[in-house]
Amino acid sequence: MEDTELHTISFTLNGVTQRLRVAARRSLTDVLGQECGMKSAHMGCGQGDCGSCTVSVDGVPIRGCLLFAVQADGADIRTAEALANPDSLAAIRNAFKKHRAIQCGYCTPGFMVLADYILRNELSLDQAIQTLSANLCRCTGYSPIVSAVADLLAARAERGSGP
Amino acid sequence: MNMIGQSIDRVEDDDLLQASTRFVGSLAFENMLHMHVVRSPYAHARLKNVTVGKAASAPGVVAVWTGNDIRELPPIGFRRIPDRDLLQHRQPVMALDELRYVGEPAAIVLATDPCLAEDAGRLIAINAEIRPPVLDCGTETDARTEARMRGSNEVARIEKGYGDVEAAFAAAEHKISISCRLARQTAVPMETRGAIAVPHPAAAGFDLYGAAKVPHANRQELARILSLDIGGVVLREGHAGGGFGVRGELYPEDVLVAFAALRLGRPVKWIEDRSEHFLAINHSRDQTIHLNAAVSKTGIIAALRARITTDQGAYLRTHEIKVSDLSCAFLPGPYRIPAYQATATVHLTNKTPCGTYRAPGRFEATFAMERMIDAIARTLELDPVEVRRRNLISAADMPFDRQIEATGKRVVYDSGDYLQTLDTAIRAFDLPELRRSAEERRQRGECIGIGLAMFVEKTDTALHETARLELAADGKIEIVTGTSSLGQGMETALAQIAADGLGFPIDVFRIVRGQTDRISQSGGTFASRTTVMAGSAIHEASRIFRRKLIETSAALLGATTEVITLRRDGCCINGRNVALSELRAMIDASAHSTQLIAEADFSSGAMACPYGVHIAQVKVDPDDLSVTVEKYHIAYEIGRAVNPDLVKAQLLGGAMQGIGGALMEEISFSSDGQPLTTSFADYVTPRIVDVPAFEILLLEDWPSPTNPLGLKGAGEGGINAAGAAVAAAVEDAFAAKIAPRRLPITPKALFDLLSKTDDGLISPLRRR
Repeated sequence: MEDTELHTISFTLNGVTQRLRVAARRSLTDVLGQECGMKSAHMGCGQGDCGSCTVSVDGVPIRGCLLFAVQADGADIRTAEALANPDSLAAIRNAFKKHRAIQCGYCTPGFMVLADYILRNELSLDQAIQTLSANLCRCTGYSPIVSAVADLLAARAERGSGP
Repeated sequence: MNMIGQSIDRVEDDDLLQASTRFVGSLAFENMLHMHVVRSPYAHARLKNVTVGKAASAPGVVAVWTGNDIRELPPIGFRRIPDRDLLQHRQPVMALDELRYVGEPAAIVLATDPCLAEDAGRLIAINAEIRPPVLDCGTETDARTEARMRGSNEVARIEKGYGDVEAAFAAAEHKISISCRLARQTAVPMETRGAIAVPHPAAAGFDLYGAAKVPHANRQELARILSLDIGGVVLREGHAGGGFGVRGELYPEDVLVAFAALRLGRPVKWIEDRSEHFLAINHSRDQTIHLNAAVSKTGIIAALRARITTDQGAYLRTHEIKVSDLSCAFLPGPYRIPAYQATATVHLTNKTPCGTYRAPGRFEATFAMERMIDAIARTLELDPVEVRRRNLISAADMPFDRQIEATGKRVVYDSGDYLQTLDTAIRAFDLPELRRSAEERRQRGECIGIGLAMFVEKTDTALHETARLELAADGKIEIVTGTSSLGQGMETALAQIAADGLGFPIDVFRIVRGQTDRISQSGGTFASRTTVMAGSAIHEASRIFRRKLIETSAALLGATTEVITLRRDGCCINGRNVALSELRAMIDASAHSTQLIAEADFSSGAMACPYGVHIAQVKVDPDDLSVTVEKYHIAYEIGRAVNPDLVKAQLLGGAMQGIGGALMEEISFSSDGQPLTTSFADYVTPRIVDVPAFEILLLEDWPSPTNPLGLKGAGEGGINAAGAAVAAAVEDAFAAKIAPRRLPITPKALFDLLSKTDDGLISPLRRR
C-alpha cells in the first residue's frame, strides 16, 4: 500500500491535453475510463490477451491494460471516440454497421482502433487480417469484421487511384 | 409496410459505435464503495476460520465480511425444482464450513477504491484443513471426503425412454458402441461480469445494475434471499458484453453487492476480473456419453441406449441438473429411433459449478449422436449421408412426438422436412464437388476431410412472455419487454415486429428492456426464445395498440374511427395529419382520455424446433497436427426470419464459437484441483486467422405452427452441430482410420489418436 503515491502526468487525449495525478500502479485503461470519462475504455482481460482495451498511443495500437498510465506521460493518445480524424471515424463506424461487425459491442472500440491503424498505414488485406488477429471477439465470428475492413481498404484504394 | 423479413441496420449500433454505452463498468454513483471477493485457494478443505486481522483497518476499508457474517442468507435457489433432495446441493452465498472449489467466495472486502479493496483482501488469511479433492465422475469416495459425497459423488440420475429397447437389441443384426467425451468449456463473453447495487432509503430495497438474461427471475430470488418485498428489488439492464447462457444467472456476487449495499447504505460496485471469471462463472459441457445402437444391416437404427455422465462441479446452481436432462431429451435428434433408453448421472466434484452454455445439452448430444451415425456408416461401409437419410423422421410424421419430456415439457418437433433440408444443403453447397476436390487434394498428399452433421434445436416456450407498447411523452412508441439484450440484435428484431404490426417506420419505436419496474413479467432471454416469445407478445400488443390508437384519435378529434388512417409518424383524419407527439399532448391535455398503452401476453403449448445441416471442410497440418477449418457451411430452417442478416450473424458467430469448442477450448485442472486455465492465454479461443470461408443458407420453408408469426429461434443453431461436423471432417481427412470422439481435437489429442493406430499414420504424415 506504499503504492498510493500520486504522480503528475499529462498526455494528449483525442487532441485535448489532460493533466492528471495518478498512482503508479494504475493502468492506462483504468485511467482513461475512470478519470477521463472514455467509455470506450473496455477492460476485457487485464492480461494483454484480448485487445478490448486497444487504444492508439503515438499512432500505434497498444493494449491499454498493459501500459501504466504514468508510462503514457507525454503521449498522443487516441481512442475509439475520435480515432485519427472525423472522416476516418465516420467511415469506420459506417463500415462496421453495414457489415454487421458489431454484436455486443464490447470488443468494438479495440477493433475500430486497429481498423484506423490499418487505414492510416495503408496495409494490404493480408497484413490487415494479421493485425486484426491481435484482438478477440466472441460474438461475430470475425468474418463481418474482416469484411468491414476489406470494404474500407477497397474504398481507400478507389479514392487513391481516382483523379 | 412489411418490416418482417427485411435486413435493416441494427438500431443498437449507433449507441455502441459512439461508445456512449451503458456497460456496467462505466457506471458510477456518488459515495460508491467497491467490493473485492476473497476466494478459496483450495479445491477442497474444511474451513476452520477466516482471519480478517489487519484487513479491517487497512486504508479505505469500510467493512470485511466472511460466511459467518451472512449465515442468515439462504443458499441460491433453483429456477425449477426437479427433486427436493437436490436442494441440499445449492451453493451458499459465501463458503460456511467447507471450501469446495478453487474460487469459491470466502470473504468480501468493501472499500472506497477497488485497488484498496484488493490490497486489503491480501491480508485476509483462510485457515483450512486441506482434504483430497474429488475430481472425476464415479469416484469412490471415502471417509476423508465431504459427507454429502460419501460413498459416491453421484447426486442425481435421470431416466428417459420409450419403446422396447431390449427386444430391438435382441433382434439386432449389428450392435455398435461408441464413447464420446466433451471437455469442460465455458462461454467467455468479452465483458466480464459486473454488478452495482444502489440501496433505496431505509434499506427497503435496491436497484441492481448489470442485470442480464433473466432479470425477473433474479428479482424474485434476490427478494427471497434478502427477505425483501419483491417491489423493493429493481433490476436494471444496460448493455451486456455477450451472454451465451453464462451471464445473467444469479451468482453469489450479485447477492453480495446487494447485501453490502443494504447493510452499509451506500452503492456497492463489483467488477469481475478475467482470472476470477474463469474460476467463478458457470462452466459447461464436461460430459461423457456412451452410446449403444441396435442397427439393421441396411443401417437403420432400431434402438439406442445412452449413458451420460456429467461432471457438475461443486454445487448445483440455478440450473440444477437441467443440462443433463436436455442431453437425454435431444440426443435422438432428427432421427426416428423407434426405441430409446437414456440414463444420465450427475456427479459433484471439487471444481467450479456448471450451468448452461449456448445449446446446452444439445452441443453434447448432437456430437455423440452424429458420431454414432458416422460409426454406423463406417461399420456397414455405407455413405454417412445415406445412413442419415435412412433414419431421418419424415415430413409425414410432423408434428413428431418424441414421447419424452425435456425439463418437464413434452418434446414435439413442430414442423419441417428433414430430408428435404438435407438434400437442399447438399445441392446448395455442392457436397459431391466438395468431396471430389477433397479426394483430389488427398491424392496430392494433403490431409483434407469433409464432415456433415444434422441437428434439431429447440426454442424454449415453457414460460409465457408479456410485452407492452406505450405512447411516450416525446411521441415515440416504447416497446417494453423484460427480455434481455446480450448483443444479438434483439432490439432491432422486436422493433421490426412492432413496426410491421403498426405500419410505422422503425425510428418511431424505442425499446425498453430489462427494467423490472417497467413490466410485470418476463421469462427472460435464453434457449433462443426472445424473438419468438417476446416477438409474439409484441405482435399481439401492436394489434391492440393500433385499435386503441385509432379509437383515441377519433375520440379526441371528434371523428369516427372509419375516417382515420395511420400514416408515417401518426394518423391522418380527413386530410389532417396528427403526429404521435401531438396526439400524446392532446391526451395529456384531455380530462377524459387515458394514455395509449397496450399490453399482451403470449404463451405457447409447444416448442418451436429449428433444425439444419452443418458441413465442415478441414485441413490437418502434417507437421504440427493442427486442424484448420477451411470452409463451413450451414443450412438452417428458421420458419420465418425477422431480420435475415441478424439470423446469419447469429449462426456465423455461433459456428465460430463451436469451432473453438471442437478444436481448442478446454478448461483443465491439476491433480490437486487447481485450475490451469485462468486466462485467454491458457483457454484458447478462435482468432481471426482461424476463420473459415462461411456460407450460410437460411430456409423459411416450414413456419412454426406454435406462434402467430411462424418464428423459430436463431441463437443456438450455429453452435449446435459444430463439434459433430468438425470431428466428422477430421475423421474423413484420415480416411476414417481414426475416429475422433473427444472434443476438443487438439494437436495433442490427434497425436494420441494417431499413435494408437496400427498402421503408423503419423510417420507418413511427418514425411510429407
